[in-house]
Amino acid sequence: MGDPVALISQWLNSLLMGWGLSAGWVVVIKSIIGVVVLCTVVLILDIFLVWVERKVVARFQDRLGPNRLGPFGIIQPIADVIKLLIKEDIRPHGADKFVYNLPPIIALATVLALWAVVPLASTIVGSELDVGVLYVVAIGGIGTLGIIMAGWASNNKYALLGAFRTVALIVSYEVPLIITLLVPVILARSMGLSTIAEKQDPVWYVVIAPLAALIMFISAQAELGRAPFDLSEAESEIVAGFHIEYTGMKFGLFYAGELLHALTLSGIISVLFFGGWRGPGAEAYPLLGVIYFFIKAFIIYWAIMWLKYSLPRIRIDHMLDFNWKFLTPLALVLVMVVALLDKLMVGFPYWQYVAIMLTANIVLVLLTLNILRSRAKGEIKRVGEPRPVATPPPPSSISSTSP
Amino acid sequence: MQNDWLFIGVFLVLAPIFPIIALLIPRLIAPRKSNQLKSNTYECGIETVGDTWVQFKVQYYIFALVFLVFDVELVFLFPWAVAFDKLALFAVLEGILFILILVSGLLYIWRKGALEWA
Repeated sequence: MGDPVALISQWLNSLLMGWGLSAGWVVVIKSIIGVVVLCTVVLILDIFLVWVERKVVARFQDRLGPNRLGPFGIIQPIADVIKLLIKEDIRPHGADKFVYNLPPIIALATVLALWAVVPLASTIVGSELDVGVLYVVAIGGIGTLGIIMAGWASNNKYALLGAFRTVALIVSYEVPLIITLLVPVILARSMGLSTIAEKQDPVWYVVIAPLAALIMFISAQAELGRAPFDLSEAESEIVAGFHIEYTGMKFGLFYAGELLHALTLSGIISVLFFGGWRGPGAEAYPLLGVIYFFIKAFIIYWAIMWLKYSLPRIRIDHMLDFNWKFLTPLALVLVMVVALLDKLMVGFPYWQYVAIMLTANIVLVLLTLNILRSRAKGEIKRVGEPRPVATPPPPSSISSTSP
Repeated sequence: MQNDWLFIGVFLVLAPIFPIIALLIPRLIAPRKSNQLKSNTYECGIETVGDTWVQFKVQYYIFALVFLVFDVELVFLFPWAVAFDKLALFAVLEGILFILILVSGLLYIWRKGALEWA
């Protein structure tokens, strides 16, 4: 009962060895089975996410949402998938065939590949990679490549504009994201995601560095291209952005990839700052750890949706200003403060260490708010000055010139 | 350790297969009645005017350039963070100096006006 995955692994070992396979092949076959099981579970979860998304947006907009198929409309996504599967695939005239077909595959495959390093429980983890954090960043970068390929190959100006906006957005917000990734790495002295989860023993890192968690959450929101950062697919400006020319299952893969990306980043944030699988009894029963992990991931996922459906879209120059002139400097200062304090407090008792770190974070937040407030006064005055407005000519002159 | 990298390798090979299968199913069951009119792109309800691969704002390029500098420099900070226990206070201060050089670069770009969108 303790660890079902280890039990299955042992059983597979004895079974495959019994067939006369060498140890190397046993490892390869076990890896393949592990990958297929993990991907299948994640993709089934993805189909479920479509239902969650539609139901939650409906509640936010005071509607009922899907409620006809099955209890609470839970079979609705299956119907959606069937509809997408039997829809005709239209390739726009003049599109680059190879580059046009590749992005939907990249969009979903890169997000799936992220799950290889996410620790679901103390023993249930795909791969305990010792450079897990860098792997997450690197694979995330390939997803961006898929978006620019989609925009360029679609032979549509809207798609191209959407792709440019997305790349500017993702590329910019990647900087504070990577800087705040340094904070848990400094605290845990490891880049492996499972080690980071293990090290958060008495308290989670969100208590030690709440500001880092907040910055990472905001950059993750931008990285996902969700409102208020959804300029890449702003319906009212560029129709749908980079995936405007994609129909049927190709669009479906973009959509599935986007939803799954949100859950994946929520999972990664929960591992980095909220202890991942940690919870009462999770050490002894790994399956309990999986449940804790998904509860935390879904709470963060819900917070992302909450922001998405509550805030209006911001302008592109404001978005870039917010990143380069606010988030990035703040994140750099935070890393410096955390690194220095961590080194200075080597011999301190643990609770004192946590308290001082937390205080430092709060002081940093208050300082930032103070600076922002003093700067905002000048800014409002500048914007508030009346601009020259074109005044219509008096009615008498119009009547005299018109025939 | 080796098994971990093997798992990543297997994962990277198998992960694209799932979306590829999802794209192959419509090939079998979806209707295919393409014609010239249907596959034309249109914008704002009329046919596309002019070349689609238009020139774009140079600001996108500048932001990508700034990002590249930050990204490359940050990669050097990860080994520093991992080896934190073995570092003396001096080495930590040196790492902070490295970040400060990064900050001065950001301030330079800021003052130069490269972060303005207009």
